[in-house]
Amino acid sequence: MKEVFVRLARCVGCRQCEISCALVHSESRDIHQAVWERPLPRQRVRVTREGSEYYPLRCFHCEDAPCIGACITGAMHLDEDVGTVACDTTRCVGCWMCVMVCPYGSIRIHEGQKVALKCDRCPDEDEPACVRGCPTRALLVKERALVV
Amino acid sequence: MGRLEGRTVDPAALEMLKRAEEQGLETAWDRCRAQEPLCGFGNLGVCCRICLQGPCRIDPFGEGATRGICGAQDYSIVARNLIRSIAGGTAAHSDHGRHVALTLLAHLDGQAPDYRIADPAKAEAVARRIGLNPAGKTPQEITREVTLAALRDFSRLEEEPCTWVTSTVTPGMTEKFEECAIMPSNINGAIAEVMHRSTMGVDADPVNLIFGGLKSALADYAGCHLSTDLTDILFGTPRPVRSYANLGVIDPAKVNITVHGHIPLLSEIVVDVAREMEDEARAAGAAGINVVGICCTANEVLMRKGIPLATNFIAQELAIMTGAVDAIIVDLQCIMPALKTLCECFHTRLITTIPFSKIPGAYHVDFREEKAKESARRIVKLAIEAYRERDPARVHVPQVKNEVVAGFSLEAMLEVFASVNREKPIRALVDAIEEGEIRGIALFAGCTNTKARHDEGHLTIARELARNDVFIVATGCAAGAMAKAGYMTSGAVKEFAGPGLTRFLERLGKASGFDGGLPLAFHMGSCVDNSRPVDLAVLIAKEMGSDVADIPFVATAPEAMHEKAVSIGAWAVTLGFPTHVGVIPPVYGSSLVTEVVTKIAEDVFGGYFILETDPMKAAEKLIEALNYRNWRRKYSTASLDEAMVAE
Ligand code: SF4
Ligand code: SF4
Ligand code: SF4
Ligand code: SF4
Repeated sequence: MKEVFVRLARCVGCRQCEISCALVHSESRDIHQAVWERPLPRQRVRVTREGSEYYPLRCFHCEDAPCIGACITGAMHLDEDVGTVACDTTRCVGCWMCVMVCPYGSIRIHEGQKVALKCDRCPDEDEPACVRGCPTRALLVKERALVV
Repeated sequence: MGRLEGRTVDPAALEMLKRAEEQGLETAWDRCRAQEPLCGFGNLGVCCRICLQGPCRIDPFGEGATRGICGAQDYSIVARNLIRSIAGGTAAHSDHGRHVALTLLAHLDGQAPDYRIADPAKAEAVARRIGLNPAGKTPQEITREVTLAALRDFSRLEEEPCTWVTSTVTPGMTEKFEECAIMPSNINGAIAEVMHRSTMGVDADPVNLIFGGLKSALADYAGCHLSTDLTDILFGTPRPVRSYANLGVIDPAKVNITVHGHIPLLSEIVVDVAREMEDEARAAGAAGINVVGICCTANEVLMRKGIPLATNFIAQELAIMTGAVDAIIVDLQCIMPALKTLCECFHTRLITTIPFSKIPGAYHVDFREEKAKESARRIVKLAIEAYRERDPARVHVPQVKNEVVAGFSLEAMLEVFASVNREKPIRALVDAIEEGEIRGIALFAGCTNTKARHDEGHLTIARELARNDVFIVATGCAAGAMAKAGYMTSGAVKEFAGPGLTRFLERLGKASGFDGGLPLAFHMGSCVDNSRPVDLAVLIAKEMGSDVADIPFVATAPEAMHEKAVSIGAWAVTLGFPTHVGVIPPVYGSSLVTEVVTKIAEDVFGGYFILETDPMKAAEKLIEALNYRNWRRKYSTASLDEAMVAE
């Protein structure tokens, strides 16, 4: 199965992955139009820093995902077809249990819609937008087995 | 549409792009692809690198930082960045003008013997315009006075306005600039003020910042205008001239020298010297020497000497790829450093000439006024030497070139107009506007840019406006696009002009006996020569008893690229032109700044920016702007008449 991997040493903290993620989740997919959209498009990846190291934090789509276990409505589920952990926002009631249990802090709160917001690994794209957007190729898509 | 077809509408450029791909040669378009996606923060103008605490970025989607470390909001950051690029453009144009001024002075002091005062009548006209009395003075004395006055616009310490602003606009416009406190008194000072007020912890008020930028923009305008004036005095005011444009002007049988950049101080001399050195070229086995141009140096030598134009900005590399360019001589601005690597793949000599504009690995022949001819000879020699190394197997010149009629300085244009109205030549144009024969005037200016399909914006908008009876003037690489496509010929009038414009141009062409008929688009020169269309607009405004903000005159830069285009755009708006830009400048990161430049500017200056990337929609918006001004003019004259009747 394909996974997104991070080559930590290459991340320069430019936050292009954030912009690309928000854009791919916008109506227009054009930076000059997306900033005028209401509601504003939301990104699912967040670049953090620890000392001199940057880290583009996004959902790992855990094999044994704590967020799924914590979800009381079953909104958070495993999408068997693509192997991602997905949130069915129609069932999400905004209790934020998943937010609390995620060990990486990968789930964000969609303020406007009061639902959990997380990486969907860009199901409609050939390559996740964050990967495509990264100028230093810090993000890579690879078969899981090949890398480990 | 194929991938390469999506890059350009110029058939010669397309042919070379295909060849580049076959040969594995890299172009700006390839490098553009490697840059994708362009940085979102930078593209929106919300990245601040002004102090060492940063870089700070504002999250355009509102989740992350809404202020810089110092607390600067999106609007302060966008406005600061914007006016810094205006200052960059101002520095470029005005420094160009200053160089011409210093060369003239050196000549007058006997230190630049290879130059001459080519147009004493222009010197006299400029002297009169700026309030000097030329009576009883020699051309040398007049030129010295004019040149010193121009240099004073750079160095004046008193809070007096720049001569080249006040003497070239209407009194109403001068008053407006004074009222808004944007009248520059000194070009260098205006640039310094922008750099100061936009540095960390000074001006945070976006509107105040933008007004500071406009002051610099007016300084840019002064720099452009004095540059045009002094260059005309030094090399002659352009007159109609016929030549050819597009890559087909490169002649494989000859030694090909390409002049590229903006300031014609050396290129003019190279053209003369090349004519004297034909024999040396023949001795090397060539049929002679062929000088061609790229970018605005091309426009300068095309306007004054009929030198053919090879191509415009974004296609500069493609000229080298013909394998038949023996030397490319560059001066300053818009020269891609990429030329060096490319020249290494061929026999082409890349020769830089300006001490502060060098490229690692290029030949450098220092341009000195006092030894202009000697420098030019060295350059031509290098080209002939390179010709001997040319590999004929690698030569491929697209057989594409079009005729071009250029050389329309305002003076030359008025001569044409005078054929129908001797006393008041400008009436020819004003009458046509007032009678509705033509809808108005459009200035096409600016560059070419990988963000747009090469030349498509220029040509599409030109066709649409011509069809709607808009009189077209062009400068810079916009003019290059039209020249290459054959739009600067009378044939294009038949092909594209609406009935009113056709009638107008044919009547004028006949009355003036213009050889071969007038062109669809009038070539008014290089980018600094944007002062010429302003003179045209001011003349029309004065004749109509109004300001530029009231007349149907629009400007468009469909493929703007350089900081110079930003500063020209800013002064075009300030002078009162509705100004279209076909590439979104980095302002969308602040809705306030966007609002100011696209809407509020109109309330203050009459001019405003139209930001539109779709050429057809842009044409529509420009026509709307012209219609609105015509409607408003009629309405105000009508109400005036009514008022008079009532009295
Ligand atoms: S785009 Fe790449 S380098 Fe930039 S912050 Fe994201 S992961 Fe790091
Ligand atoms: S949201 Fe957190 S816990 Fe759930 S799958 Fe992603 S990384 Fe794992
Ligand atoms: S894979 Fe897609 S949704 Fe996930 S962080 Fe990257 S861009 Fe965002
Ligand atoms: S000036 Fe302010 S916004 Fe700009 S880099 Fe410094 S702290 Fe950041």
